Amino acid sequence: MLEIKSLSKHFGGVKALDMLNLSIHEGEIFGIIGPNGSGKSTLVNVVCGVFPPTKGDVVFSGKTVIGCPAHERLSSGIARTFQNIRLFPGLTVWQNLWVARNSIEDIKSESRVSRWLGKNSKVKKEIDEILEFSSLAERADELASSLAFGEQRRLELARATATKPRLLLLDEPAAGMNQDEIRDLDSRIRQLQKKGTTIILVEHVMELVMGVTDRIAVLNFGSKIAEGTPDDIQKNEAVQEAYLGYTEED
Amino acid sequence: MITDFVQNCIDGIMVGSGYSLLALGFTLVFGVLKRLNLSYGPSIMLGAYVGTWSFLNIADNIWLVLLTTICATVVIGIYVEQLCFRAVSKETTIASMVSSFAIWMQLEEIALHLLPERTYPFPAFFDSGLLEFGPFTARSEYLFMFVVMLLLLLILHAFIYRTRIGLAIRAYSDHPSASAYMGIDGSSVLFLAFIIVSIIGGIAGFLILSADSQITPFFGLWATFKGLIAMMLGGIGSLSGAVLGGLILGVIEANAFWYGDPVIRDISSFMLLFTMLIIRPGGIFGHKIEIHQKIASERV
Repeated sequence: MLEIKSLSKHFGGVKALDMLNLSIHEGEIFGIIGPNGSGKSTLVNVVCGVFPPTKGDVVFSGKTVIGCPAHERLSSGIARTFQNIRLFPGLTVWQNLWVARNSIEDIKSESRVSRWLGKNSKVKKEIDEILEFSSLAERADELASSLAFGEQRRLELARATATKPRLLLLDEPAAGMNQDEIRDLDSRIRQLQKKGTTIILVEHVMELVMGVTDRIAVLNFGSKIAEGTPDDIQKNEAVQEAYLGYTEED
Repeated sequence: MITDFVQNCIDGIMVGSGYSLLALGFTLVFGVLKRLNLSYGPSIMLGAYVGTWSFLNIADNIWLVLLTTICATVVIGIYVEQLCFRAVSKETTIASMVSSFAIWMQLEEIALHLLPERTYPFPAFFDSGLLEFGPFTARSEYLFMFVVMLLLLLILHAFIYRTRIGLAIRAYSDHPSASAYMGIDGSSVLFLAFIIVSIIGGIAGFLILSADSQITPFFGLWATFKGLIAMMLGGIGSLSGAVLGGLILGVIEANAFWYGDPVIRDISSFMLLFTMLIIRPGGIFGHKIEIHQKIASERV
């Protein structure tokens, strides 16, 4: 579904990504882990169009997305969440979701007036369902800025799902969460997979990554050093070296 | 005594509705871009010069003047947007403010070459009349401006808070980079905002100048001053704040003029601005916006 082909991204002399190849299949939860500065966030940013790659290609459903601006990638079915929460603080929870829901193409079939005013019952129903799914229904009319941290994280995920993505990139969604919240996030990610969304999970919290993913790739200095099931990765020596700092001489 | 004061307030509100119209444009641009567009007043001035040019050279038709003023202001607005806000990088706030100042000077030059004699007549929208309400009076053209201003406020408010495009504008204004991932094309939002703001500017310029029945190149400076002060008083980025700020400014000026003299009038408006900046830097309706900006900056 998503093919990363010989992807490189250099910032001056720093190779944030170096000839990276990845292949993500439809319907799976794919984990990407690696030490700080290994290029995980750069990869998400290139896939979502924050900046163009230095070399290489990103192919989504058979079409390259390189050169396509960020706001158009959404309509092709790629959505993301941010490591540092980026909601619209001056809009209510409901309106944050409305922005997201407005971005997708199929609303063109609605009548012009209801589309303009957001009064369409189908849209309302969908947003209410998402609110229910995210346990945010009671806070629908509050400003996003007044939500607690955990609720803001839930809203960020809800907003991304409201765009009905086929591919969802989660950039460290568990950062700053407690155990209960992580378990909660775990079950939400599984439910999204059941609905048919392909998910790329970039995460430091191993408990979440090892539990929820189907396959994992490990990055170090912009290159892939291992790929496989969570079990394979936990046994892999190269991964242990990268994480625990063993060197060849030891 | 009290009659004088009430009459001053009525006069102030009438003149102030012109300030409110100007402040609406400033507050919209600032709300969306988070940058000051100093050349807004001069853009309106040049647009109105084109209007008066068409009045002198094409036909003596008030609707034609209205149309050419609005169209010219929109064209100039697009020019300003392209040159000063699109070409200049988003990160350099100072550079775009200075470039809007440079465009201001340029627009004044163009106005002088278009109509070299500086002061020109501007046609009145309808015959000036003095309406009497008991002991109080109001000039009909100002009353009309007041009504148009309230109508524009209602329309804008409904557009920004009730429609889908308004939602996109607010989302962009809240968080430009996040809105891109929600499928909002930032450059379209900016373009649209400038068109709306220019239409408001064209209407404002037309109404104010047809009440004054003349136009000079100084109108640009005047409009920028009055609009900015009214916006700062009312609350940056707030539509009703802009309107309220314009009316307060008008009332204070009218009373300063009556109890003091013409010199005191302008000094009073600047003193009012300083007092407001010290007591409540965000303006009357500005406190919410400050909180949002704080939250937004914490998240970056």
